[in-house]
Amino acid sequence: MATTSLEQHAPVTGLRWWREVGWRHVIGIVMIAICVLPLLYVISASLNPNGTLTGSNKLFRTFSLTNYSELASTDFAKWGVNSLVICTVTALGTVFMGAAAAYAFSRFRFSGRRASLTALLLIQMFPQMLAFVAIFLLLLSVGTVFPALGLNSQLGLIAVYLGGALGVNTFLMYGFFNTVPRELDEAAKIDGASHAQIFFTIILRLVAPILAVVGLLSFVSAYGEFVVAKVVLQRVEHYTLAVGLYVWASDERNAPWGLFAAAAVLSAIPVVLLFQFLQRYIVGGLFAGSVKG
Amino acid sequence: MSTQQTGSRATAPDIDEQIVTRRKGTTSHARDFGPGFFVKLVLVAVVNALGVYGILAAAAVGSWGIVGFLVIALVLVDWVYFSRRMLPVKYLLPGLLFLLVYQLFVMAYTGYVAFTNYGDGHNSTKADAISAIQIQTERRVEGSPSYPLAVLEKGGVLAVAIVENDKAMVGTADQALAAVGGATVEAGRVTAVPGYTTLAFAQIAQRQDEITNLRVPVAADGSKGSLRTQDASTGYIYTPSTVYDAATDTFTDVVAGTVYKASAEGTFTAADGTTLNPGWRAGVGLKNFTTMFTDSRISGPFFNILAWTFAFAILSVATTFALGLFLAVTFNDPRVRYRRLYRSLLILPYAFPGFLAALVWRGMLNPRFGFVNEVLLRGTHVPWLTDPWLAKVSVLLVNLWLGFPYMFLICTGALQAIPGDVIESARMDGAGALRILRSMTLPLLMISVAPLLIASFAFNFNNFTLIYMLTGGGPNFAGSPIVVGHTDILISMVYSVAFEGGNKQYGLASAVSILIFVIVGTISWIGFRRTKTLEEL
Repeated sequence: MATTSLEQHAPVTGLRWWREVGWRHVIGIVMIAICVLPLLYVISASLNPNGTLTGSNKLFRTFSLTNYSELASTDFAKWGVNSLVICTVTALGTVFMGAAAAYAFSRFRFSGRRASLTALLLIQMFPQMLAFVAIFLLLLSVGTVFPALGLNSQLGLIAVYLGGALGVNTFLMYGFFNTVPRELDEAAKIDGASHAQIFFTIILRLVAPILAVVGLLSFVSAYGEFVVAKVVLQRVEHYTLAVGLYVWASDERNAPWGLFAAAAVLSAIPVVLLFQFLQRYIVGGLFAGSVKG
Repeated sequence: MSTQQTGSRATAPDIDEQIVTRRKGTTSHARDFGPGFFVKLVLVAVVNALGVYGILAAAAVGSWGIVGFLVIALVLVDWVYFSRRMLPVKYLLPGLLFLLVYQLFVMAYTGYVAFTNYGDGHNSTKADAISAIQIQTERRVEGSPSYPLAVLEKGGVLAVAIVENDKAMVGTADQALAAVGGATVEAGRVTAVPGYTTLAFAQIAQRQDEITNLRVPVAADGSKGSLRTQDASTGYIYTPSTVYDAATDTFTDVVAGTVYKASAEGTFTAADGTTLNPGWRAGVGLKNFTTMFTDSRISGPFFNILAWTFAFAILSVATTFALGLFLAVTFNDPRVRYRRLYRSLLILPYAFPGFLAALVWRGMLNPRFGFVNEVLLRGTHVPWLTDPWLAKVSVLLVNLWLGFPYMFLICTGALQAIPGDVIESARMDGAGALRILRSMTLPLLMISVAPLLIASFAFNFNNFTLIYMLTGGGPNFAGSPIVVGHTDILISMVYSVAFEGGNKQYGLASAVSILIFVIVGTISWIGFRRTKTLEEL
């Protein structure tokens, strides 16, 4: 590394700077322009009271919060609440069930343990959304018996999302649970703690960071999930943000483009913020293959 | 590791045993009925209450499959949570039950539906189909009298009243017409019946559909047809024009004399090939699969879509990886200032929710009003989303915009993990920058990145959201009975076949899903073998 640091100190100037370093800045600036342009476009469109596609083309000519205030009279707030409720419950349920399963796999040695882990790994290969037709048909028939768990029910949708809880996240947690020394729970056992006390009062506290990550991750993925939500939720007031905003933006003739842009900006904010936190886990390769949808 | 495991294997059960015996032996001990136990008791009681309610509700409508599942699940829950053994299962059960129903069952169910003709016209059981045919083929009995009729209501249930032989008769959908006493009759029409409310005009208008669908049997066994009304003031007797014979499993048209035989395809079919609608759900063997591959009207689009799905997934991975790697190498040079700033701005497309990005691009690529044509290309009309080839290019470009930051992030991480002295020694040996990149950096990088590339392939193979939101699969193929287009991938084809277009074909859609399962399974298996995850369990 000695030469590298030497080069670093030696000032590179003129033509040589352009050849070795300068072009990287050119590429960086061009790429940033490409990355940022669509985002600036949405923000600009959201501030433009003339809510059509053509009207939105002149960036930042107007500045008005009309679109944002008009959102109040639409279903947007309802969809936002729906999304928040569905994603929060899904995230909590996922964390709880995943943590319980990871605890069992990490702390108990039982027959069929290895086989179950392998089975989970196999199931993990098939994302739940591949079977959305069967999910629709299942909820169709469940709905005739329990309307609360059938089609067009948010509880039904949450139950479907929870079905994917074990497959996706158990491994992430399992690895982390294994890093907590077993001596800790054995000491607690000798002191008379039951397995439940060990789980709830000792282990869960020690693995809190991974619980937060899994919770946020499942929140973000439920937030962006579209096809199952579209199939299950059929009434406008039950939509999630993904389904509702799709309906707004895909209306070719009279798309409420200004409203859509304002809604898009508002709904993107929580996810963009969460990603600042999740970014370092993605770089670390922790989420092998968990490509955001 | 292995010694530790054997050690704990020996001690852990002993300790469990001790705790368990103490708990069992001294039930009066305060600990055993601590708050935890009561929480468990309450939770299990709630689950039991819900479960029993569910069993009763399912039994009431005759859903025996659901009853069976609930009974087994409830017994299992009580057994697991009140048994002293099976500690691991106590922790696994909640997740496993959801996994079982909403992942394993739906996958198995997809497999089952793929071998049936489930879909529009074949939605229900044979018994339902028979009664539906009887209703649909009903005709007004020739020369039968018309009855001035009143529509009544009792506790939300509709009833009709007519006058026959000077007696007022009342009946509902479930109860055949029967005489009632005390009714007020004016000019041959019933106006009031004790215990019932007569519907006024406004209420009739409100429940119009219900009233026109109301069929009141004339005799309790249904043999004399049923009384129906179109305008809520005159009723006629209707009888089915076809008669079902259970012994021969046939329908006979009483007027034309045509005999419709139950076929293995799930329809009643006459000798000349005409069928009665609806049919019922029936196993059709491999028909959905053979349709997919051999019926030219479907197999044409299908093979196009299959090829495009692979092309889309491979090109998406290739382009995002190439750009991500290029940027990662570009900004991995310590002499570049503001690298942190570049990085945080370059990952913005990844942080922005994918479904929103696709919708924003859809607006920007709009041929007539979009930002790209109007502003960037100064008012041209490039058909970004409506020309078959340009739409494919657009899909790939938008996916490149969405996906390169992820590749940039993981490549940066992998590059920084490559030890500097290895690269340094190559440089000492006289290798140039390109040579180092090709022979040292890339191979080392691929070790950690290859599994992620396979996962990314599997993800893009099923990237429904992007396709559906950006192009909706269009522009559509002409002349195909299913609504699919040039940018549809297999998973969006499944959606089209199952939910869009006039004819919903769940069977065919499931068959395509099965194909996706096989492809994704094979590809993941290859990735799985490479990462050797199995050995780390």
